[in-house]
Amino acid sequence: MYSFDMVRPTSVADAVSALGQEEAQALSGGQTLIPTLKQRLASPSVLVSLTGIAEMQGVCREDSGDLAIGGGTTHATVAAEAASIYPALAKLAGGIGDPAVRNRGTIGGSLANNDPSACYPAAALGSGATIVTNTREIAADDYFQGMFTTALEEGEIITSVRFPVPEAAGYAKFEQPASRFALTAVYVAKYADGVRVAVTGASENGVFRWTEAEAALSSNFSPDAVAGLSLSGDDMISDLHGTGAYRAHLVGVMTKRAVAAAG
Amino acid sequence: MPKDHGIGASPKRREDVRFLTGAGNYTDDINVHGQAYVYFLRSDMAHGKINKIDTSAAADMPGVVRIFTGADFEGVGGLPCGWEITDKNGAAMKEPAHPVLAIGKVRHVGDPVAAIVADSLEQARDAAEAIELDIEELPAVVDMPRALQADSPLVHDDLADNLCYDWQFGTDTETTDKAFAAAAHVTTLELVNNRLVANPMEPRVAVGDYSRANDESTLYTTSQNPHVIRLLMGAFVLGIPEHKLRVVAPDVGGGFGTKIFHYAEEAFCTFASRQINRAVKWTSSRSEAFMSDAHGRDHVTKIELALDADNNFTAVRTNTHANMGAYLSTFSTSVPTWLHGTLMAGNYRTPAVQVNVKAVFTNTVPVDAYRGAGRPEATFQLERVIDQAARELGVDPIALRRQNFISEFPYETPVAVVYDTGDYVATMDKMEELIDIAGFPARRAESEARGMLRGLGVNCFIEACGIAPSNLVGQLGARAGLYDAATVRVNATGSISVMVGAHSHGQGHETVFPQVVAEMLGIDESMIDIVHGDTSKIPFGMGTYGSRSLAVCGSAMVRATEKIINKAKKIAGHLLEASEADIELKDGQFSVAGTDKSVAWGDVTLAAYVPHNYPLEDIEPGLEETAFYDPSNFTYPAGAYACEVEVDPETGKVTIEKFVSADDFGNVINPMIVEGQVHGGIAQGIGQALLENCSYDENGQLLSASYMDYAMPRADDLPHMSQYQVDHSCQTPCTHNPLGVKGCGEAGAIGSPPTVVNAVLDALNSGGHNVAHIDMPVSPARVWAAING
Repeated sequence: MYSFDMVRPTSVADAVSALGQEEAQALSGGQTLIPTLKQRLASPSVLVSLTGIAEMQGVCREDSGDLAIGGGTTHATVAAEAASIYPALAKLAGGIGDPAVRNRGTIGGSLANNDPSACYPAAALGSGATIVTNTREIAADDYFQGMFTTALEEGEIITSVRFPVPEAAGYAKFEQPASRFALTAVYVAKYADGVRVAVTGASENGVFRWTEAEAALSSNFSPDAVAGLSLSGDDMISDLHGTGAYRAHLVGVMTKRAVAAAG
Repeated sequence: MPKDHGIGASPKRREDVRFLTGAGNYTDDINVHGQAYVYFLRSDMAHGKINKIDTSAAADMPGVVRIFTGADFEGVGGLPCGWEITDKNGAAMKEPAHPVLAIGKVRHVGDPVAAIVADSLEQARDAAEAIELDIEELPAVVDMPRALQADSPLVHDDLADNLCYDWQFGTDTETTDKAFAAAAHVTTLELVNNRLVANPMEPRVAVGDYSRANDESTLYTTSQNPHVIRLLMGAFVLGIPEHKLRVVAPDVGGGFGTKIFHYAEEAFCTFASRQINRAVKWTSSRSEAFMSDAHGRDHVTKIELALDADNNFTAVRTNTHANMGAYLSTFSTSVPTWLHGTLMAGNYRTPAVQVNVKAVFTNTVPVDAYRGAGRPEATFQLERVIDQAARELGVDPIALRRQNFISEFPYETPVAVVYDTGDYVATMDKMEELIDIAGFPARRAESEARGMLRGLGVNCFIEACGIAPSNLVGQLGARAGLYDAATVRVNATGSISVMVGAHSHGQGHETVFPQVVAEMLGIDESMIDIVHGDTSKIPFGMGTYGSRSLAVCGSAMVRATEKIINKAKKIAGHLLEASEADIELKDGQFSVAGTDKSVAWGDVTLAAYVPHNYPLEDIEPGLEETAFYDPSNFTYPAGAYACEVEVDPETGKVTIEKFVSADDFGNVINPMIVEGQVHGGIAQGIGQALLENCSYDENGQLLSASYMDYAMPRADDLPHMSQYQVDHSCQTPCTHNPLGVKGCGEAGAIGSPPTVVNAVLDALNSGGHNVAHIDMPVSPARVWAAING
């Protein structure tokens, strides 16, 4: 990697200030950024670590009933501490990567990166979560703007993520055999006002909501409800591990299994 | 009761203490005072003409010692190929130059263009970015049939075409054609044996260390055969005589074949160290390994099997394209020919077998031996076509195999080899017992009740190991002898160092070899150590590959130990004032037959080195013997494997539920290590069958260049240990080596890929999907496409 300076502020305000420097780059768990640096594909002048900020850590249930997770909270912490509040989300967190990844990677880092095959974007979009930053609150529906693209402004930090807790939810991931990221994965969450279905790993445009399935499941929340539905493979990712048509097919299968898992 | 020591016992691997506690000494652990570091600037295009390499700005960068390009190697030898193949018209194969650093053209992604030597690796990398490359991209060729078309881009401009050789072997064409014309049934399959990257846990490393004091060079390297590297690099590349060149391969973290070969980086570090009078170190990154380690397999084959009306096999004919990559790696040319064609008879008494192989240059990384090397390719073809024939004929695939088994030994096949011994019925019987054939219908019904398809696949295989009789392979084009050597040095107090030509890089030689010597001498294994991996310490042996270590080097060690015993008996006879003919050795005691007179092992060895009371007029002092062993034949391990899979018809995902192997390795020295070898080999074979896929796009860009896209098998891809049984109780000892051993290192990787694919196809066909074949890796996407195709 190229040489860089590194700072580890202890408050969001100090982090925001540090990120104001020329060529500054936020570093959370580093599960994507560190390999990128090692390959010399990025050359920040200063890395601003977000892992020392206490106010960005932890999992709690707010008075509203929503689940709030600090932006710097690791997947392992979410898996352990959200289990009693929002089990489907905790289970998703516990299935990301391997133990090393889960003990370093953070929810804020994952959502800021918005990898098209990552798990958390499906949970956030599927839950209609709110992405809370140092300056504003962004609805998940407005936040994800395509592969590796989000509504975040330069220097903006995800301080927490707020999830409305559904009546039922499930996640079904079909793993890409090599990376074990989602080849296609579907998050389904049932709320009083309807069902949300979010798909990751499949689309050239990143995580998306499958509205036809949402409508079908809102009137009948059972695996059979999506049996007749299908998606086009045209805008789906096509690579070594599967064609767009295969991924489109998997969306249907994984949706069915996510509903079954939601119980 | 199992033995607790010596031959047949399973002592824990003594080398694991250091491997598992971080005390191993790998090449990257070796640092020479004042060493510099080299970074190789590699081609990012598959094919290009080098117009200019401007290193002037880079040379002025901080820490840069010197920058080398191909021009520095003009006049220096290129990397040699160790096996010359003669094509079917009697012409020698095409053998293009393989420069250490690219000269004139780059020919694959990863081809080294320049080498930057600097005080630190980061400085070398910084300087590499300042090198100005003017390389004109040329059209690349990746696909083998395309490479053989008249208008294909030429990988090597000085060759007429991209055909390395067109080889034919076995039964003549007229006889073969007649057999096919007379056949009652012919089954044909077109098969891809997927390209693999070996991915040993330890990437390659080289440290070149030149000593001006005595004009000696030392190369520390991750090699399976340090003497072979010394010979090839010293004699053919750099012109350094053996006595001025030492090659050390210390602890090596896995090889799987890919560390047999002599690589450019080794030659470079040795050469550069002499140039700059400073040690030069290179450590491969995993990314570099993907584009610079020789790859494995990559055959495309059409195989035809002819059967008569009674389902007897009457002929086999294959036409294979074998990818050589851009250059000829050390043993690349032998893999699709002599290591492959000679096994096309398999376990069956097919009277006519003809093998045709076209070896092809493409703009890809060179391809060479990988665990099994040619034998997995042969087994895959034969066992897939037999399974398909059984399906087409509506007969039981096990019965069809049994009907055609070779049952009398020795057996000379139509493809030149003579199987000395075997019992294919015994391994088949054992396999059927282990997999519980009778219980399969119930297991299938249980899977189907859950919406899954269940399949049972079987496979029989034979391999030729213990490579090789030197006079035979010499006739076949090998440019090296393939004997091995061992020196047994008995020390004064009776402890023993055995210097062996074999190299242990995971096999457990340090545990197994002492078991043999201890058994022969009747002393404790803890008194015996193995020394390997350093040409300054060991005799000129040829190293470890082809499941040869115990069969060849172990035989040399037995011969040397026999010499020790003979001499020790003379000494004991002297000490006991008896004729040496009356001396018996048992449990570490020499005694006079029929008397209670005896002398202990340690007293005899001490006498050899403190020869105060010693027959100096008859024998020399000391107790050290060397033996070279050149086998009279290959060994022929064989076995029967079975596997059960579940296929999820909705996603195409294959899960291996059960895997069993029944191997005949002849005599077994350490059952635990043999079982570990087979477990590991099967895991690699399952990797090839289901997961691993080294893939290029049409422009020669490597698509699977990291673990993000290249799927290695992991523990949860394998069946649970309770459903993963490896058996070696069927034993027909090898008839021509002193231990009666055959070799077990590659069997698992040879026997398992067709077993898995046969099982998947059985599952799909049971579900009403009429699928004849799916290419490996049988990925979920491919299974789904086959179901819906």
